[in-house]
Amino acid sequence: MVDLPDGLIVVCKRDCPTCVLVQPVLAQLAASGVALRVYSQDDPGFPEGLADVADDRALAVSYALNIETVPTLISRQGGGEVDRIVGWHRQRWQEVSGVPDLGPDLPDFRPGCGALNVAPGMPEKLAAKYDGDRLHSRRIQLGDAEDVWEACYNRGWSDGLPVVPPTPERVMRMLSGTRRDPQEVLGVMPPNRVPCNVEKVAVNAVMAGCLPEYMPVVLAAVEAALEDDFCLHGLVATTWFSTPVVVVSGPVARAIGMNSGVNALGQGNRANATIGRALQLTVRNVGGGVPGGIDRAVLGNPGKYTFCFAEDTENSPWTSLSESRGYASGTSTVTLFAGDGVQGVFDQQSRDPESLARSFAMCLQVVCHPKIVYAADALLVVTPEHARVFREAGWGKEHLVTTLESLLMRQDHVLVRGSGGIAEGIPGPAEGKKYPKFRPGGLNIVHAGGQAGLFSAVIGGWPASGPKGSNPVTKEILS
Amino acid sequence: MTHILLDPTAELPETAVRSRTARPKALDGLTVGLLDISKARGNVFLDEVETLLTRKGLKVNRYTKPTFARVAPTDLKQRISMECNLVIEALAD
Repeated sequence: MVDLPDGLIVVCKRDCPTCVLVQPVLAQLAASGVALRVYSQDDPGFPEGLADVADDRALAVSYALNIETVPTLISRQGGGEVDRIVGWHRQRWQEVSGVPDLGPDLPDFRPGCGALNVAPGMPEKLAAKYDGDRLHSRRIQLGDAEDVWEACYNRGWSDGLPVVPPTPERVMRMLSGTRRDPQEVLGVMPPNRVPCNVEKVAVNAVMAGCLPEYMPVVLAAVEAALEDDFCLHGLVATTWFSTPVVVVSGPVARAIGMNSGVNALGQGNRANATIGRALQLTVRNVGGGVPGGIDRAVLGNPGKYTFCFAEDTENSPWTSLSESRGYASGTSTVTLFAGDGVQGVFDQQSRDPESLARSFAMCLQVVCHPKIVYAADALLVVTPEHARVFREAGWGKEHLVTTLESLLMRQDHVLVRGSGGIAEGIPGPAEGKKYPKFRPGGLNIVHAGGQAGLFSAVIGGWPASGPKGSNPVTKEILS
Repeated sequence: MTHILLDPTAELPETAVRSRTARPKALDGLTVGLLDISKARGNVFLDEVETLLTRKGLKVNRYTKPTFARVAPTDLKQRISMECNLVIEALAD
């Protein structure tokens, strides 16, 4: 804790022409008898001619005062700051100090220079040095000869790809992306059922390669995963392929540079790649969901490294997934869906919505198995060229969903076990009933993808959907 | 160069892992709970186990989880712990 006096404080550095310029002004202030303390960031011998310049080469005071530019003049009373002037501004300096005729030979105004405490790489170093007690995670000191990247592998922290070593400086920088307290508990994380706090998410977000501005999205994704409705415990443990699929909706996606366009479900975008990975690494490292341990997936899927994309709401003919799930337009949300891999839908011929809907239905029928109904949910990702067909025909999203649900009704005699020469199916006997493929609300639609390509995608879900397992969960991205 | 890294794990203390309860030396007079997690054909397996246990003169209680995909409800776990000395769970398919 830095002890700051009342009166005037000036923070300056020799390597700043404006600070050099105001040296006579500082001498005037000192001679006037006002309470003055001058801190020098780079040279305690500067400014020259002052009796006692405080040495702030360690930048402790500059960090505590959140100085951005030198010189900065601060007025303090009663232990608190009452005024601050950045750079040289004669009139304001005179007002604040109460000393007239300051720097008569100087120009009226001169902007300052960047402060050393905000030089590239410094804020996080200073945060780790002076605010490091905000971090409670165990500090692991590596041996001098230890390779830091290999050390992360050796401790079992990686998903198989290299992770960014989580140094205190990097974690402090990551925490600058959220206003939330590092020790705030987001919930109890399965399968080990341990409290998961903001700090642990930040450590794993560093390892995943996130930027600080992704933190609010990562935190919302973790909170969604920890909702009982999402059933993360069962999802981690299942022998099925599913894993959390993260869909980001709203203005935050564009603000942090997420991809909702060309190759939206693929590689190449840092935000898409690392937000999904941060969630996966948190489940692994905090929750203990490790493949071959509690994670019993018979095959898994590549989305278990990361599966995160943004919805293209700007060019969509429809309301967003977020709005469909009850949030106001313009709200930024994450929606988690317990999903598998990507199944392509090929249709380059349909130019009317009825034909294209029938193609979609035929492809959706195979989710899990064509004879299994009312089990898995599905996410249908409709691309711009396919969406155009519905836009031009005036089909809303609800119209499409209702049509698909109708097309996906199947008679039980083709579904029961043994029918078609296939033992799998719904329990018999057939009673002449029709069954829907999906439970009510089990089919969701998002708009994403590049401008060219008459293909869409089905992301099938976990057969344990709904009350018996997982429901999609949406969370607003706040801070 | 020395590196300091922050532990990304939950830092579970070893005491967080509960030691196993000692197995009984004999089953005489004990009540065995059979927990069906609602996986397909788990009941077939447990029916066989029940037959074998009752043939030995043991008391058997049957329980069922509402869904295999979720952790057993707390009240079910408490009931089993109060009513049984041992529990056998049909865990997998």
